[in-house]
Amino acid sequence: MHITEILFWMLTALALFSALMVVSSDNPVHSVLWLILVFIAITGHYILMNAQFLAIVNMIVYAGAIMVLFLFVIMFMNLNKESEPQKSVWLRLAAVVSGGSLLLILVAALKDNTGYINSMKGEGSIGLIKNLGKTLFTEYVVPFEISSILFLSAMVGAVVLGKKENSSPAA
Amino acid sequence: MPIIPVNYYIFLAVALFAIGIVGVLTRRNAIIIFMCIELMLNAVNILLVAFSKMHHVAAYALDKTTTVGTEAQLFVFFIMVVAAAEVTVGLAIIVMLYRNIHSVDINFLNRLKH
Repeated sequence: MHITEILFWMLTALALFSALMVVSSDNPVHSVLWLILVFIAITGHYILMNAQFLAIVNMIVYAGAIMVLFLFVIMFMNLNKESEPQKSVWLRLAAVVSGGSLLLILVAALKDNTGYINSMKGEGSIGLIKNLGKTLFTEYVVPFEISSILFLSAMVGAVVLGKKENSSPAA
Repeated sequence: MPIIPVNYYIFLAVALFAIGIVGVLTRRNAIIIFMCIELMLNAVNILLVAFSKMHHVAAYALDKTTTVGTEAQLFVFFIMVVAAAEVTVGLAIIVMLYRNIHSVDINFLNRLKH
């Protein structure tokens, strides 16, 4: 077994186990920490697929910024205890059955794909930042600039939503 | 060099997506549900990168200078951009919710019915 395949299976096992722990752990802080492990495993998958720019962005944006935001909100609400009331057993069973059915149907529908990756030596410089940056700043420069407006509006929206109502002068 | 079928990546992404669905359906904490949605987004990202590489490997066998598959990776980049903005607004909404009803339990959110 080649080392790439060993790494693939290890990262897959880590991702699936951590994802299950995200769903099943009672403490929200533990869920966030397991989700960070999922993102680290996904970053490993990106590196295996030679998508190095996406690996770095995934690590910084998801495992870094977004998860810190989640952790900050959980700490801010003081939810780091097992106080969540559970749904009834039948509802949870129905949820697991429907999720499993979705998994089964998607696997059955997609299992005949015959493509393969990671096959050629010296292949694959499309995931490097040179190629991606060149395409991003020539063909896709308009969506790139529009995304800055998206960020600005998201920031204004978050501030407006998060502001206390009684502290505004109009109220 | 080893050959990894793209099927394995499809199954991994589908499994992560199904786990995210089960999390959304079973949990009552709004933050956990939001995290499960992030999990599903990442499953889709894995799938996009895997298909990009599959496409690129097939084209590379014919032409050594091809850049086929770049668009999918840029698409993943834009998904991450939108996800970052979405998380900001979503968490602000959850914080506002917590201020109003002092809980993040989604079962208290059924008052729109009445």
